Amino acid sequence: MRSTWRQIWPPLVAVIFFLGAWQVAVSVFHIPAWQLPSPSDIARESQGNASGIWAHTAATLRLTLIGFPVGTGIGLLTALLLHLLPWLRRAIYPLLILSQNVPSIALGPLLIIWFGFGLLPKIILITLVCFFPVAVAAMGGLAQSDRVMMNYMKMAGAGKWQIFTKLELPGSLPSLFSGLKISATYAVMGAVVAEWIGADKGIGYYMLLQKASYRTDRMFVAIVIIVLLSLVLFALIAVLEKWLVRWKPRKEI
Amino acid sequence: MSHLMNTQHPKTDGPGSSLGEIRSTPPALEVSGISKSFTHRRRETQVLEKVSLTVEPQEFVSIVGPSGCGKSTLFHIIGGLTLPDSGTVSMNGLPVTGQRGKISYMPQQPALFPWRSTLDNVVLGAELQGAPLQEAREAARHWLAKVGLGGFERAYPHMLSGGMQQRAAFLRAMLAPQELMLLDEPFSALDALTREQMQRWLLELWEENRRSVLFITHNIEEALLLSSRIYVFSGRPGSVLHTVEVPFPRPRRDEITDAPEFLQLKRQLSLWMREEQAKSLS
Repeated sequence: MRSTWRQIWPPLVAVIFFLGAWQVAVSVFHIPAWQLPSPSDIARESQGNASGIWAHTAATLRLTLIGFPVGTGIGLLTALLLHLLPWLRRAIYPLLILSQNVPSIALGPLLIIWFGFGLLPKIILITLVCFFPVAVAAMGGLAQSDRVMMNYMKMAGAGKWQIFTKLELPGSLPSLFSGLKISATYAVMGAVVAEWIGADKGIGYYMLLQKASYRTDRMFVAIVIIVLLSLVLFALIAVLEKWLVRWKPRKEI
Repeated sequence: MSHLMNTQHPKTDGPGSSLGEIRSTPPALEVSGISKSFTHRRRETQVLEKVSLTVEPQEFVSIVGPSGCGKSTLFHIIGGLTLPDSGTVSMNGLPVTGQRGKISYMPQQPALFPWRSTLDNVVLGAELQGAPLQEAREAARHWLAKVGLGGFERAYPHMLSGGMQQRAAFLRAMLAPQELMLLDEPFSALDALTREQMQRWLLELWEENRRSVLFITHNIEEALLLSSRIYVFSGRPGSVLHTVEVPFPRPRRDEITDAPEFLQLKRQLSLWMREEQAKSLS
């Protein structure tokens, strides 16, 4: 308990200091609220429902919770397939990396032209940003099995499937989870971008509306909600990791 | 196919003589005439040259040699990971060159699987061979308690000390269903004190529960204490320089390390080793 507190207080103090400086700066330099609202303005705005922002949050949350599992699932399947079929990996892997150089924001409008304004183009967009970190991390983890353990397995007469299920798969979990954590934050971002491009609800849509009417304070409320959503998803993954990778010695900090 | 023919020839040209008279039981392991070279950047390096050795059933045999004498390559060949350029490996009279899963293996590092509890690690060898798990667990519990790991069945490997990990790795090899055990410098990563302890532990355990063992080590005293026969390897390319029968009766006690015959053998072996090491350096 004490050590947790010791880890938490430095960033906590830093955040409080930052917010205080912001509050003071806004009032000292007389910055108008439409340019940069003070933290207390933002807090006040978030108290009063901020024109139905919670409904929008729910929409974004729903989109994220569908898109994230689909995206990471496809990423994981890709990794398993490419790991088990080396010839396919040689053919596909360079293309996979190439695909990440296409900006997702540019793909958005195209996806809407092809698939309309429904759920599908948004899920595809989230999948595109989510699957890559998971696929790369999982493939890396699967390929980096300990050589001595691998030798042991082969000498002991283990078949390909036994090597995969008893050595490669469990060994890849720590690596897989670092990919999942990156994807978790990308998923929320992907959902917001998708709503930005074409939607009638969600945080992304809400931000577009508030931007048009110069409600900077509400924009900030939206940003805070996006950050919180990412953090919660990240924390859920971290808890799952702690449980599944409980065999790993804890690192001393 | 040729090695099959070779082993069958002597049987066919001795009509009338019963096989039992020629050889009562075939050796647990017979390595004959193994040569191997590797090509790296178009330069061919010969690693093993016509290595032949035998491990009789329930015999403890050691290989000592300077570093780089191809001992690990030999293990990989026996284990079926690497194919020899020439020569054959047979076990219990059957040719097994290039076949995996015929031996149980204990590597230099314990290489316990970090996501498996100590108990699950120890039964892995049996599990891979499809042996009934319930029985394997039963045996594992019994042996873990016997080697001082009782109460650690559910602990993950990182919670064990180096010596405890080695004991678990040894049990994993011992409880595997294969008869022949290959031990690849199992104690080289331990500190001197733990190492001595482990040698004594292994000696006691093996004398009680005899298996066929092929043991690689750099440590001459260790080899003399444990084995019935020692093959002294030359430097690269590795070949059998000398075969030493170790005469001490069993069960052996620690005190034999002070016996004059022991010291004399040790001196002789050290001399050979030093010569080889010097050759490989020049």
